[in-house]
Amino acid sequence: MPIQVLMPALSPTMTEGTLAKWLKGEGDSVASGDIIAEIETDKATMEIEAVEEGIVGRILIAEGTEGVPVNTPIAMLLEEGEDDSALGDVILAPPEVETSPEPAPQATPALVIAPALAPSLAEPEWTGETVDTTVRDALRDAMAEEMRAEDKVFLMGEEVAQYQGAYKISQGLLEEFGDRRVVDTPITEHGFAGIGVGAAYMGLRPIIEFMTFNFAMQAMDQIINSASKTLYMSGGQMGCPIVFRGPNGAASRVGAQHSQCYASWYAHCPGLKVVAPYSAADAKGLLKSAIRDPNPIIFLENEILYGQSFPVPVDDDWTVPIGKAKVLREGSDVTILAFSIMVGKALEAAEALAAEGISAEVVDLRSLRPLDIDTIVKSVKKTNRVVSCEEGWPFAGIGSEIAAIVMEHAFDWLDAPVARVAGLDVPLPYAANLEKLALPQTDHITEAAKSVCYRS
Amino acid sequence: MQPIIIVRLRDKAEQAVHHIVGKSGHHLGNMRMQPSPNNQIEMLRQMQTIRRFEERASDDFHAGDIYGVVHCYIGEEAVAVGVCSALERDDRITSTHRGHGHCIAKGADLNRMMAELYGRETGYCKGKGGSMHIADFSIGMLGANGIVAGGIPIVTGAGLAAQLDGNGGVAVSFFGDGASNAGPFHESINIAAKWKLPMLYICENNLHSANTPASKTLALEDVAARAAGYGIPGVIVDGNDVMAVHDAATIAVARARAGEGPTLIECKTYRQSGHTERLEAYEHRTSEEIDLWKKKDPITQFANNLIQREGQLSEADWKQMDDEILQAIQASVDFAKASPFPKPESALDDIFAQ
Repeated sequence: MPIQVLMPALSPTMTEGTLAKWLKGEGDSVASGDIIAEIETDKATMEIEAVEEGIVGRILIAEGTEGVPVNTPIAMLLEEGEDDSALGDVILAPPEVETSPEPAPQATPALVIAPALAPSLAEPEWTGETVDTTVRDALRDAMAEEMRAEDKVFLMGEEVAQYQGAYKISQGLLEEFGDRRVVDTPITEHGFAGIGVGAAYMGLRPIIEFMTFNFAMQAMDQIINSASKTLYMSGGQMGCPIVFRGPNGAASRVGAQHSQCYASWYAHCPGLKVVAPYSAADAKGLLKSAIRDPNPIIFLENEILYGQSFPVPVDDDWTVPIGKAKVLREGSDVTILAFSIMVGKALEAAEALAAEGISAEVVDLRSLRPLDIDTIVKSVKKTNRVVSCEEGWPFAGIGSEIAAIVMEHAFDWLDAPVARVAGLDVPLPYAANLEKLALPQTDHITEAAKSVCYRS
Repeated sequence: MQPIIIVRLRDKAEQAVHHIVGKSGHHLGNMRMQPSPNNQIEMLRQMQTIRRFEERASDDFHAGDIYGVVHCYIGEEAVAVGVCSALERDDRITSTHRGHGHCIAKGADLNRMMAELYGRETGYCKGKGGSMHIADFSIGMLGANGIVAGGIPIVTGAGLAAQLDGNGGVAVSFFGDGASNAGPFHESINIAAKWKLPMLYICENNLHSANTPASKTLALEDVAARAAGYGIPGVIVDGNDVMAVHDAATIAVARARAGEGPTLIECKTYRQSGHTERLEAYEHRTSEEIDLWKKKDPITQFANNLIQREGQLSEADWKQMDDEILQAIQASVDFAKASPFPKPESALDDIFAQ
């Protein structure tokens, strides 16, 4: 029996390709492993090897034919002892190409689903005046401006009023807005988070400050079961326009219960938007967007970044859209994805890599949900290599999601497996040397970048 | 610290005036806000509507038409109706996993409730919430809640919103004896007391926390005694006496609207049905206990009182009322069954507000 050689698939997503070149002609004998043809798609070129030995009895698809569907017979191999007559029944014309293979209308939402590749949101470049501002002041300015603009916005949390915030984020707010809108609470996160949720149901715009997100564990039931699910559970009757904000992740030498990154915990849940800015400008612009958003927002800050200064646009109405990543440094060899404090380390790593001749592109994710898949995928298609960075634990972390998304959307462009830089998979130890060891550092990023570039 | 207050109601000797007395026995004041006869008839109608709705929900659950869980409120109807009859439409409530009674007492539509239990598109939550998540924002019903004590902070937030609005609104938290052991109860009451929020905390002490006797989990006999820890009035009331509940709620509402802060009212009542509808459910309670409380059935007591003592209702009127209710319940089932299931694509709706 003659053996059919079929048009191969270069990847699971390939549906058709061009038969670029035949390297064997009719009558040529081939051994297993011989290259017989070259196939091209818009993404890649591949050589086809013969898997069996024999003689090329007939070439069914001519060299240069485009749009050849996967699994179309392209040639027939004759086995030893067979001659042309064995090809008698073979239909020489290529099988009819199925035109417009419209996917059948989907009756139910797919359970196995790659997140949709939505176009990136517009974000006009700021060309006006800027002023150097700390992240701390930028957050305060964002709240103050939104509170001036909208009477329904109020701030509630531990020590936010008289003490002006455990980390002095709410400086001056009590003085300007009074104790009706800047409200000190007991140290009872479940209670005051839930009270914020109820106030949001009623149309107010609460900003709930957690002294740190570590303590928001107490309020998890209200954040997930109430804030994130109510719009859905109530059939769209009641939304929850609320911002939960505060420092997230490790600070410095405060031990395991005060040093956790919750990014992947919250990003896991439908109904929440999760934001984790790095720069002061993004902190301000994103917090303003968060306060204006009709949905519950988890706004992850970082204690170590509070005192760092960045240029911030001078404009009370300037905002940053939620769901939009930002390319902070262009590069061509590897994409480094980071958020919050890891962005600074990623930029340092890119600088170090440049000295070694590796051009790294640094993307500040800024929003983790919705995640700007479009910007990530565009960068990966340019560099073909990815390093994700986060302070949180590696298992089921943001890096795991990024690896899945890159695989789903840019599998054919990858030249190396996605590398994940994450915190050590242990509760954060206290001793200085162990703490440093457990938290991802710049060197970890450079090492990961070099490894995906196959450089040592 | 304020004393625990007991509202002594339905005092035969002083029908028109009820005494409020401290636990030590000293007299604190008098009150009487007798609803008009029509209101009492309407209250009876609501109680019987809750009863018939749940009897039907139970039947349809056991018939396999309603899925998941149905927690019946049978025997506790006087609490929801007694409290909600003291409220205005704009006042807010949250409920519990046992929430049908609060919905109906606050004025929810039977058709949309039943359709939600049936998981239909026409239900209050478009079929995506179910028995434990029915909400009707338009009548101030901010939602049942599947988490014990979960609704308490939320409605306290509605109380904060009412205080900030300054329009005299009141918010009411319904919860059970079990929730009074949970952190959110204490966190919320502490804040409400300190901020003087216009709140009623209504504990429905049905003597059992799911399938464990409340006496085994409560450190005190009376949940109302916990109010003393927050410097607010704690009231114990016969939760099977709708007028007693109504009067206690009326005092507390007046206090809340006057800016004097929250009141904790413990309604001593009993769940005649099991914790949840279940085939061949194990019942840890004795039949003697259940029978004893069935003799104190709130609806029978109230109806008999209106017929015999108050002379506001004839036997024939009562029969006719019940027939009308049964027709309305049947209509709600017909409505639910005739309604479509949610469209598959609606599974992705209402994740985010636009």
